[in-house]
Amino acid sequence: MKAFLGFIKKEFLHIFRDRRTLLILFGMPLVQLLLFGYAVRNELNKADIAILDHSRDEITREITDKLLSSGYFQLTAWLKSESEIEVVFQRGIARNVIVFESEFGRKLIRDGSANINIVTDASDPNMAQMLEGYTVNIIRDYQQEWQERNRQVQQSAGGSAGGGASISGIVPEVRMLFNPELRSANLFVPGLIAFILMLVSAFLTSITIAREKEQGTMEVLLASPLNPIQIIIGKVLPYLALSVINVFTILIVALVVFDVPFRGSVLLFSMLSLLFIMAALALGLRISSVVKDQQTAMMISLAGLLLPTILLSGFIFPISNMPAVLQYISHIVPAKWFLIIIRGIMLKGVGLEFLWQETLILFGMVVILMATSIKSFKIRLE
Amino acid sequence: MHNDNIIEVSGLTRKFGNFTAVDHITFEVKRGEIFGFLGANGAGKTTAIRMLTGLLIPSTGQATVAGFDVFTQTESIKKNIGYMSQKFSLYSDLTVVENIRFYGGIYGLRSRDIRRKTDELLERLGLADVRNRLIDDLPLGWKQKLAFSTAVIHEPAIVFMDEPTGGVDPITRRQFWDLIYEASDRGTTIFVTTHYMDEAEYCDRVTIMVDGRIDALDTPGGLKKKYGAEDIDEVFVKLARGGVA
Amino acid sequence: MSIDGRYPMRTIRFIIQKEFLQIFRNRLMLAFILLAPVIQLVILAYAATFEIRNIDLFVVDQDKSPESRALIDRFSASENFRIIGYSDVESAGDHALLSNDAVMILNLPPHTGRNLVRDGRAPVSLRLDAVDGFSANIASQYFLQIIQSHNEELGSMQWKADSPAHIGITVSRWYNPELNYQSYMVPGILVLLITVIGGFLSGMNVVREKEIGTIEQLNVTPISKTQFIIGKLTPFMILALVMFSFGLLLARFWFEVPFEGSLGLIYLIAATYLLVVLGLGLLVSTITHTQQQAIFITWFVFVIFILLSGLFTPIDSMPDWAQYLTWANPIAWFIDIIRRVMLTGADLRDIWVSYFVLMTYGILLIGAAIARYRKSAA
Repeated sequence: MKAFLGFIKKEFLHIFRDRRTLLILFGMPLVQLLLFGYAVRNELNKADIAILDHSRDEITREITDKLLSSGYFQLTAWLKSESEIEVVFQRGIARNVIVFESEFGRKLIRDGSANINIVTDASDPNMAQMLEGYTVNIIRDYQQEWQERNRQVQQSAGGSAGGGASISGIVPEVRMLFNPELRSANLFVPGLIAFILMLVSAFLTSITIAREKEQGTMEVLLASPLNPIQIIIGKVLPYLALSVINVFTILIVALVVFDVPFRGSVLLFSMLSLLFIMAALALGLRISSVVKDQQTAMMISLAGLLLPTILLSGFIFPISNMPAVLQYISHIVPAKWFLIIIRGIMLKGVGLEFLWQETLILFGMVVILMATSIKSFKIRLE
Repeated sequence: MHNDNIIEVSGLTRKFGNFTAVDHITFEVKRGEIFGFLGANGAGKTTAIRMLTGLLIPSTGQATVAGFDVFTQTESIKKNIGYMSQKFSLYSDLTVVENIRFYGGIYGLRSRDIRRKTDELLERLGLADVRNRLIDDLPLGWKQKLAFSTAVIHEPAIVFMDEPTGGVDPITRRQFWDLIYEASDRGTTIFVTTHYMDEAEYCDRVTIMVDGRIDALDTPGGLKKKYGAEDIDEVFVKLARGGVA
Repeated sequence: MSIDGRYPMRTIRFIIQKEFLQIFRNRLMLAFILLAPVIQLVILAYAATFEIRNIDLFVVDQDKSPESRALIDRFSASENFRIIGYSDVESAGDHALLSNDAVMILNLPPHTGRNLVRDGRAPVSLRLDAVDGFSANIASQYFLQIIQSHNEELGSMQWKADSPAHIGITVSRWYNPELNYQSYMVPGILVLLITVIGGFLSGMNVVREKEIGTIEQLNVTPISKTQFIIGKLTPFMILALVMFSFGLLLARFWFEVPFEGSLGLIYLIAATYLLVVLGLGLLVSTITHTQQQAIFITWFVFVIFILLSGLFTPIDSMPDWAQYLTWANPIAWFIDIIRRVMLTGADLRDIWVSYFVLMTYGILLIGAAIARYRKSAA
């Protein structure tokens, strides 16, 4: 027992003595949190647009002003001819070109209709759709204002009052639950927790054991009176501690700086996080049992753990949008279930009565992973 | 000084922070001799050898190796020396032939010469049968012999060896020293560190290093006589006690 | 014995050869280097999408009239929605939402049909799980579109023909008229792949020799710092370009991404970009002491670069300070260039500024790697 405690102490010293690594281990989660909280977003903010105005009258100027004062766009070029649109897109000067036809204003007043062409660089389809949507909305707003003004002019000129149009038919009332302000931080923070846990618990564990193998020190450990289980525990314990500290740092910063809600039970959250950490540690051990060096451990962890945790867990991209095959694959990604659990606890404030299925699945995964990884570890060592 | 000194060291010192690893050492190594550098673990042997091979810049003092200054002409030194480090220097995921070829190549040997030397060397070491085996699969003694042979593949004027026989059985050690003698016969100067005192008897001259300082320098016989000892081991124990007291 | 030091290229050749031998010897690693990108490209291209489909809808129909059923049929006919359950009890909807079975509950209260026929208007309620705000927003827009077209069909829209004056809006989507998401994502993902593999492999390389101890043996040879770095760089450059070519083939023939620009230009840019990635990796490798440190630093730098690269979320959506940061982000530059060249057919004249920036980065980083590599410890 004394030898075991000494061993654990040595493992802790290993990690905590390496300042650079330690700084990154604690700094990285925070930097990622700040990026997700502030910078990684899906809204329009001062998109570059260009204008090609064949008419240059009062109305086109008003529409242009309205577009530019909306805060969503900034003008980067005035074009003179259609041929310049291609150049603007290819040089990345703007992603959206608004084209007013010639004699726009006169046509609108005289004929009651005039045309605007919104040309988007649809090589980014998301962006193109967003730009279209925002531009169309602003132009429609303008149209309504313009009609309103005309009606007032007509009314004051003694015309008949146009009856107020009230919407009828099926009238939906839409309520956004759990995250009414639609903030992306609320979505990303739980995902980030899952990701950091996977990084610290699985990635680091697999590399640290691979390192002992690569340097030949693993054999020395095995020759010691410590048994393999004790060695494994001693190796993973510091990373477990690191993971726990990381979870709470992220959580506190998320609650304090980003006002991410925490509606459920902290105890349940902690216990289920521990369950997920166990799954991650078991995965790390499993990887380290098949590799001989750190590079291979890293590549397998990267492709086999971290990418699925980012892509197939619902962290950033909703699983329901993926093709069926990927949806099936996502079932074996532990982070997927953990994400449902912690989003449920943090944002929806639900307890085990709604999360028991996910919890059971995660628990089953931990049991299977632990069993196979300890078994494979023993076989490799003996 | 004398033209036949290939290494000249005077007052060479290296500090790491407050710790003085090598403390004003002064000695000369003559061209063609086998020079033994003895001392306990941590006496400063490796630090000294790393300064002489241009891997570590000294704090103070003076030293030239093959006529080049260890402060300013480290790259010229490197053209004239071979080095077998304490750490393992061959690539364990490459085969015997691939390792020889690589080191021959970066020392600028012609491909034809590399091929000829490889065959010659494997024949001499009796490793012709394992030429295409990975280094990882060879016993330690074979690896050490191979490491030495690659360190002298470019026929350097001096070869530095840092604890070349660490962890090797006595028979292999004996064979290893045969290799050293062969290299010496070809005119190569040998600079070898060891903490096996019996190996000192194989050297032309030895120096004993204690706590970063050189306490004695003479032929093995001269040392024994001076300290009234049966063997070098006894000389060493006497010196070490003196160093502590 | 003829020592032949006049040809520095020869020394470099031996280092390259040795690196390749080591790479090819580790079969597991090689398989990963070659297969992983292909698998990842396919998975990423399908997984990394914000297109909203299959919105899980739960319907609480407390009315059960022909009118309510007509509305529900509209949703079951839409490919954007997937009705996962019906009930006439409101709490069943709550349960579906809380247990994560549905993201959206449509509640049709009693008398919806009667209200619609008698009063011409009937309130219904929609509740969404807005944890994923972006998706929830789009889902609600789809929902409103369906309601609107339903209403139009009911003939109850009264405000049309309100005014004769009307601005006609036409939309032209250049380069990607069908808004094919993959043509946009695939080039970016290719960038990501060569960045991650190239960066990590080179980042671990030199420090691995330090850890094992073989670096001492190299440092005591007359090999120059420049030869050393070039010898280390070239194998990874070749490997990354092979991977890149695999990716391009997949992009062209599997994802049918259009190749508007010149293939030669694409390779020129990729090679330049790789100078940046490998230079960074080697720089990290020369300043660290263990492979673990190298992994963490590389990872740290790349995570920041990738998140701020515009690959997953548009740069235009970022706050100003983050947009300025992208100036210092080579991944953002490369993604931007390669998208423009591949999708819009931009040529060197269109992208020379970005290209120049990449080139400068590459030269600076490799210079720094050479300068920071120490053959003699001070």
